[in-house]
Formats: sequence, C-alpha cells, structure tokens
Amino acid sequence: MDIVFLTFILVLAVFLGFELISKVPATLHTPLMSGANAISGITLAGAFLAAGISGNDMANWLGGAAVTFATINVVGGYLVTDRMLSMFKSKRSTGK
Amino acid sequence: MIDLIANFSYIVSAALFIYGLKMLGSPATARKGNILSSIGMLVAVVAALVSDGAAFEIIAGGIIIGAAIGLLAARLVAMTSMPEMVALFNGSGGAASLLVGWATLYQSTDAGISGFTAFTIALAILIGGLTFTGSLIAYGKLSEKLNSAAFVFSGQRLLNGLLLLAIAACVYRFCTDPAADSVYLYGLLGLALLLGIMAVIPIGGADMPVVISLLNSYSGIAACAAGFAINNNILIVAGSLVGASGIILTNIMCKAMNRSLANVLFSGFGAVKVGKAVEGEVKPVSVEDAYYILEAASNVCFVPGYGMAVAQAQHVVKELGHILEANGCEVSYAIHPVAGRMPGHMNVLLAEADVPYEQLVEMDDINPRIENVDVAIVIGANDVVNPSAREDEDSPIYGMPIINVDQARTVFVLKRSMASGFSGVDNPLFFGENTRMLFGDAKESISGVIGEFGS
Repeated sequence: MDIVFLTFILVLAVFLGFELISKVPATLHTPLMSGANAISGITLAGAFLAAGISGNDMANWLGGAAVTFATINVVGGYLVTDRMLSMFKSKRSTGK
Repeated sequence: MIDLIANFSYIVSAALFIYGLKMLGSPATARKGNILSSIGMLVAVVAALVSDGAAFEIIAGGIIIGAAIGLLAARLVAMTSMPEMVALFNGSGGAASLLVGWATLYQSTDAGISGFTAFTIALAILIGGLTFTGSLIAYGKLSEKLNSAAFVFSGQRLLNGLLLLAIAACVYRFCTDPAADSVYLYGLLGLALLLGIMAVIPIGGADMPVVISLLNSYSGIAACAAGFAINNNILIVAGSLVGASGIILTNIMCKAMNRSLANVLFSGFGAVKVGKAVEGEVKPVSVEDAYYILEAASNVCFVPGYGMAVAQAQHVVKELGHILEANGCEVSYAIHPVAGRMPGHMNVLLAEADVPYEQLVEMDDINPRIENVDVAIVIGANDVVNPSAREDEDSPIYGMPIINVDQARTVFVLKRSMASGFSGVDNPLFFGENTRMLFGDAKESISGVIGEFGS
C-alpha cells in the first residue's frame, strides 16, 4: 500500500512540476534553476533521520555529512537566487 | 501525534514550494516566490527536526558548517561565475541524497530491508553519486580548471556500456541481499561516482547549459529516490518538482540547439561534418567609424554571447545602451536561449548591469523585426548568429535556430580575432556585405565608442 501511495504522490507531483515550469520566460531560467536547486536540498529533512539513527556511529557520520551537504545546498541556493532576483529590475523601478 | 503534525506541516511546505515556483514564472513576483519557497523549506526542516531529530549535536554541527559555507559561497560569488556555483550546489544536493540513502541501510528494523526499499536506496546512491561527481566535473569545466573541450577517446562508448552493465549487476545483487556491509553496495558507490565523471567529460563547453539543467533534474530525482527509501512524502514531492523542472529546461536547451538529448550527451560534438569553407573579404571598422554609424542609428540591438561574460563587458554594454537611448535610439538586447554557459546566463549578467528586463528580448521576438534594426552589435557570440545554421545543409549546426543578425541593416561583430566559434564552424556572417568587424577586446572597444560619444 505504501508503495502505491508514494508512487501516486510522485506521479501527481511530476505532472504538477511540468505544468508549473513550462511557461517560465527565458529571462528567468537561471533563477528558476537555482531556486529549484535549493528546493532539492529538501534531502535535509531526510538527513535528520539518518543522523539520529541510534546506536550506529557510521550511520550518524553519514547523516551528519548529509546534513552539511544539504544545508549548503539549501542556504546557498536560496541566497544566491535571491541575490540574482534582486538585480532583475523593471524599467519603472530603475527610474529611467 | 508528532508524526501527524509533521506530515501536515509537509503539506503546508509542499503548497509553499508549488506557489513559490509558480511565482518564479514572472520577473515581477519572482523574488517573493523564492522567499515563499524558502519559508516552505523552513517549515519542512523544522517539522523534520521535531519529529526525527535525535542527535542534536551532529545535526547542529552539520547545519552550522553547511550554512556558513552556503552563505559565504552565495555572497562572494561573482555573477559571471554563477554557472559553476550552481553546478556546485547541485553536486552537494546529490551528495546529500547519496548519504541519506546509504545511512538508511543502518536503520535496524525487525522485518529487515524490503526489496523495494533496497532498490530505492540503490537509486538514491546511484543518482546522487552521479550528480555529485558529474557536477564537480561540470564545475571544473565551467571554471576552466579543467579543459572545457569535449574529451573523447576510442572505446569510450564500450567502456560506458560496460560501466552501465556493471552498475545494473551491482543493483540487482544488492537488492536481492541488502545489507550495509554488502560488497555490491561499495561497488555501486564507486561505479556511480565513476559514471558521473564519464558522463560529463565528453560534453563540451557550449553544451554546458544542457548539462547544468540535466544535473539539476538529477539532484531532484535523487532527493525523490531518497524520499522513497525513508518513506517521506515531502522529499518525494519536492524532489519530483525539481526533477520535472530540470527536464523541461533541458528540453528547451536541446530544442534551442536543434539536437536531441542523446546527441548532446553521447556525441561529444565531433567535428565529423565539415561545412563549406567560407571565403570572402572581412571589412574591419574603426572605433571612430563605429561611433558615426551608431550615432545615426535609430534602432540598435545587442546580441551577447559567452564572450561578453569572459570580457566582463556587461556594464559598458549597458552604458552604451543608455547613451544610445539618450540619443533617441531604440535599444534592445536579443538573447539566444543557449547563449552562455547555463540557461538564462546572459539575462542574469545584463540584469546585474541594471538593464531593465523589458529590454531583454527572446530570439522569436526579435527575428520577425530584425530587418528594422539599424545596427545589430554581436558581442562574443558566434554560433548562435551563424547563418550557416540556416543556409548550409552540410554545416554541423545546420537547423539550429539562430538570431538572424545578418538580416539587420548593419552588423557589428566584436571579436578578438578571426578564430571560429566553439563548434569550430566557419561563420559566413563575418564576410557578409553589411558586416563590419570591430577587432579587439569587447570591453575596450565599447569603452572606446562610449568615449567618442563623450567627446
């Protein structure tokens, strides 16, 4: 049942992703990509679980490394996207 | 109870991701969209921490180190180095998924590990590992630490085929007897990392937009696989959203080069077909003459390429655009989808130089009215304006959609020398009747023209 349920979610999310992204203008391709990349750092949520597996040092080390990598991905990804987007200005806001 | 709350929080954060991605679709709302999506991430992370977090020291340590690295990297990176930065972030996402998949094996359950879970763990390790090393190679090529040309050797396909077979065998053996100390697990780890290297080395610099978007997609799929391995909804939803968006971008990039994904990934852009040799007379122009022509122009279109990024010329380009506008001229910036080294590369650089996004036009918008353009200024672009793609059936880039600058009234090409573009194809544009070559460093040439306007 779990497998069916999870696959169900997967398929719906993929369709949703296609719908959401297919209309993005070329101007925003880079921020879109790095913004999506930041979202892929969601593995962080899974990394906590791994870091907390009790009674196994190896698992905890792997989990800790996963937390580090995923945090780089999340923090770096969102900040760099924000930095890029802050530069996209409309004609009106540049006042020219 | 805590699980229930965590799962409801995941629903909230999934909604925020979806809405945030939707808002990323328009320049006016994009920044808010990114913030919404980051709030979604915060909600998911807090929920996961509350429901699963046992080892707070390890987690806190990892978060502090990771956040510091991410913060510094995001702050310090120059806009021109954005492609390699995105590649590195992709790589760390892939590595995280690999590690999560691997660590899950140590989770002791009474029932052992089911075949399905083992399979998803194997997938997380495979895709995560390939994303990690693939991204590192892409980083090396983009930052010019490695030779950015395609690296092809004889027997490469055979070797890659064997590699894939070996991986399939490891996955199969691992799934039939999943254990944390399985030899096949370590085999899979090594082979996955090797596959990432082998997959990216045969891809040349100009095809990087495809690779970056593909790796982006992989990092999402890896997160998705890790989500299956640990039975976590939000990883699956967020991972597949990213996977889908990466695939769409990859597809857009491939279309813009008129090549199939398979062709980009496996061909290494061999210069097998040689187009007609182009002969003719090149007409150079001096900075002063360029000034006189531009001064009289009423419609100017800049066509930037990777060369603009290399010369860091975006600011002077913007300055010239501003002067021309003050001179009563209509100015636009035509951007080919694969100009530069990642999707939307040129747009980011011009945005950094304060060009309002209304002036950035896409290829399909500029081509129908290119005949009304008095002067098209090509800066560091080559293949994306090469008329051979339209006219010469023997040309390797035949069929690739281009910006038809040769149909503008006058074309200035800013170029260091007469070397051909990345694809090694001659460009008849340089010999065109209405083409004037402005030789030298793009930044200096444009500064020179700006100087003429000032005097």
